[in-house]
Amino acid sequence: MKLYQRTIRELHQMLIDREISSVELTDAVLNQIDLVGDKTKAYLLVTRELALRQAQAADERLRAKRDVRPLTGIPIALKDVLCVRDVASTAGSKILGGFTPPYSATVVERLEGEGAVFLGKTNCDEFAMGSSNENSGYWPVHNPWSLDRVPGGSSGGSAAAVASGEAIAALGSDTGGSIRQPAALTGIVGMKPTYGRVSRYGLIAFASSLDQIGPMTRDVADGALLLQAIAGNDPRDSTSSSRPVPDYLATLTDGVKGMRLGVPKEYFVAGMEPAVEQSIRDAIRLLEQQGASIEEVSLPHSDVALPAYYIIAPAEASSNLARYDGTRYGFQAGGGRNLIEEYMLTRQQGFGAEVKRRIMLGTYALSSGYYDAYYLQAQKVRTLIIEDFKKAFEKVDALLGATSPTAAFELGAKTQDPVAMYLNDIITIPANLGNVCGISVPCGLVDGLPIGLQVIAPGFGEEVALRVAYAFEAATEFHRARSPLMGAAA
Amino acid sequence: MRALEAVTRYEVVVGLEVHAQILTQSKMFCGCSTDYLTAPPNANTCPVCLGLPGSLPVINRRAVEATIRTALALNCEIPEFSKFDRKNYFYPDLPKGYQISQYDLPFSRNGRLEFDLNGEAKRCGITRVHLEEDTGKLLHEGAIHEAQASLVNFNRAGVPLMEIVSEPDLRSADEAREYVMRLRAILQYIGVNGGDMESGQLRCDANVSLRPAGQTEYGTKVEVKNMNSFRAIHRAIEFEIGRQTEVLDAGGRLAQETRGWNDARGLTVSQRSKEYAEDYRYFPEPDLPPLDVSREWVAQIRAGLPELPAARRERFMTRFGLSPYDASLLTSSKTMAEFFEETVRLGAPAKAAANWILGDFSRLLNADRKEIDEASIKPVHLQQLISLIDSGAITGKMAKQTFDAMYRAPDPGPALEAARGSTQISGDAELDRIVVQVIAENAKSVADFKAGKGQALKFLIGQGMKISKGRANPQRLDALLREKIS
Repeated sequence: MKLYQRTIRELHQMLIDREISSVELTDAVLNQIDLVGDKTKAYLLVTRELALRQAQAADERLRAKRDVRPLTGIPIALKDVLCVRDVASTAGSKILGGFTPPYSATVVERLEGEGAVFLGKTNCDEFAMGSSNENSGYWPVHNPWSLDRVPGGSSGGSAAAVASGEAIAALGSDTGGSIRQPAALTGIVGMKPTYGRVSRYGLIAFASSLDQIGPMTRDVADGALLLQAIAGNDPRDSTSSSRPVPDYLATLTDGVKGMRLGVPKEYFVAGMEPAVEQSIRDAIRLLEQQGASIEEVSLPHSDVALPAYYIIAPAEASSNLARYDGTRYGFQAGGGRNLIEEYMLTRQQGFGAEVKRRIMLGTYALSSGYYDAYYLQAQKVRTLIIEDFKKAFEKVDALLGATSPTAAFELGAKTQDPVAMYLNDIITIPANLGNVCGISVPCGLVDGLPIGLQVIAPGFGEEVALRVAYAFEAATEFHRARSPLMGAAA
Repeated sequence: MRALEAVTRYEVVVGLEVHAQILTQSKMFCGCSTDYLTAPPNANTCPVCLGLPGSLPVINRRAVEATIRTALALNCEIPEFSKFDRKNYFYPDLPKGYQISQYDLPFSRNGRLEFDLNGEAKRCGITRVHLEEDTGKLLHEGAIHEAQASLVNFNRAGVPLMEIVSEPDLRSADEAREYVMRLRAILQYIGVNGGDMESGQLRCDANVSLRPAGQTEYGTKVEVKNMNSFRAIHRAIEFEIGRQTEVLDAGGRLAQETRGWNDARGLTVSQRSKEYAEDYRYFPEPDLPPLDVSREWVAQIRAGLPELPAARRERFMTRFGLSPYDASLLTSSKTMAEFFEETVRLGAPAKAAANWILGDFSRLLNADRKEIDEASIKPVHLQQLISLIDSGAITGKMAKQTFDAMYRAPDPGPALEAARGSTQISGDAELDRIVVQVIAENAKSVADFKAGKGQALKFLIGQGMKISKGRANPQRLDALLREKIS
């Protein structure tokens, strides 16, 4: 098996056994990027020199057996919404072209502390707004399973990198499914932690009350490891929780025997591919065979989650993106005859169509006279969704459903129809609005394309979601399937 | 003149919005220093106050405490639940494109400020005191509309700022000015604000409207901005009253608009009308969790409040017998009140101390735009000067000249000594006459001294000082008395 095909844990073992060095490993992954990068377009920036420098430092740590951590020497990709000191960070937007932050995100600092190796910044939908990665301000990403298909979004670059062997693991961000949906569509594991579990400091904001950073990995245990490294309170993020972080690996293999798992009937939405539904039903049956008791539950307000999300997220975004006016950093159009004109030219040219659409939606929703009807109403809906989850979790330990109603679609298939695009996230969005956590784990192939099973657990119940996902993974071989670009496991 | 006429036909309605920078070491949402006046441009900035992508605010607890302190001093209610909101608008001095402020759940509401004006008791309601962040400062190359370039200094961006909103309870320019003076005194007493209007530590906007006497509905209100002194506040409101009166008298309608006060030209100029009013799209700041303001915390802050101007004024009246007017003026500034109390503590009669401080001293300070604690004259100097007058050593006219000289000198000591010295009797012939008179009039004390009572000599010297109206040199008196008695 090639080094770039392996998991964090396998590689960690090889590193501490001195079977390989981090520089060798990093080289292997960088070579794979050279080989297939033009096909996936997963990266916006490959930080080769930084990666090799970090790999050397990790090797010294490994050699001296000094402070060796599970991620020491492991090559990881970072979604371009994460700020890395002195490394260009654009959030996939032209408007941040040339912006180099003088600071790092808290998660980046934590990974640095672990001795991880940064491969570069992965492509994404502009400001994380999208479900196909076609909204990148630079170029679309191609699915390593089928290059004419999308990898999902917005963390499409991170997903494609992990699925093509261009990274061992990656960090993504999830505002309405942006980790879980691309993970499902590329056959990897992706987790959205509970809001507040991971610090958002240094994450270029899309919707502040929904954004959450999470791991994208080859398997569930790797996800648990990566989450362990980034979770926890951060004094720089007042919305980060001070709850202690449990040992995710300690309970990972406890199995589902005796667990109560709920199947929300509303999650089998109209428009779901029959083959996807079949795979999910099979997955549920498998978990039942593992000893879980399955019961149907109802999350009655699921149907209004999508509209509520498309008020709240754009409203926050319209405010978060106001700072991009060209006067202090990033792109400046030039040629404006006065301040207002310069603002308008910069924002007209610097933002893509979807970002502008959401800024307008959000601005409208917050406008005087419309606030009560839209923003306030959407917040009330959000409260109902939170209540839905609370009630469901009184009866069951976790919820099961599909991650995405379909497998990866072809590039361009939905770009002309924003609403059809938005429907991709119909079963991931409630977890963001409901302050709960969710994980997507590979659960089959439909016409050769991967799909995912979504496990949703209560707020700060990451260990429960991981445990269920692991039990499913351990009983199946789906996660061992490798994309054609990554190559078959030897 | 016009304003005076207006009072008879129209009732003046004024409400004030006062912005006060809070004296904290660090900014509202980051650890940067609040020193924006002396630091080099953009030296005190960081990713948070520059609003760089991904940065997040963290609340400065001391600023919240100062806001609650202020609210308590203004008799406000402090709700148990509060939150921050975003006020969205584009301007180059606002790095995030929104200001973190408070909208519908401020830290406090429903307070009042009571004061007296020309012996009449006044009461102005306080709608709310809320907390927000200050903006950066723009420097234009020339006039704002013709400038080819403008520079931005973000040192001020993120400095904690309180907004104190009054009810429309003020009925004249005099009342408005008095309200701001009282408010400023309170903020200084409780140590939350520097009080300097020129540098922008304290800023005031006025909402001015007129209504026919007897009408209950308010007239169209005009917001007047850019007033940098008490005088400007007074002049701007007077002007606005006059302007609005003219429009109404001519049967015209007033536009609801914002007008800027031009101090040099002495008039207000229209800045923008309501039709172009900004829609700030307030919504709850998602980067900051809502705050629970515990009752224990509020009680703790309340317990830490010092004596406020109103209480001090009462005390000055009852304890020192000052007139309500003098007591009001003296307590309008914390430093002035403290100067007065210290002068009296050193032995000066209260009335004399008050007269000097409110008279010559204030006149000189005002001319120099200085605060009393910036003057070289200290309470001890004033007390000595007053004692020279009281003992008759110098005349009132001389005292005024002496005070001027003391005020102008970096060290008032020599001027004070010179006054004392210039009037002293040094000729032995005159002193001889005094000593003879003292001995003749105080036979018992002379006998006591002869019997060995040292105290008696002190008494005799005192008598000599009294006869000489303080002009005798006590050392010389001592020597001459000893000589004559023995």
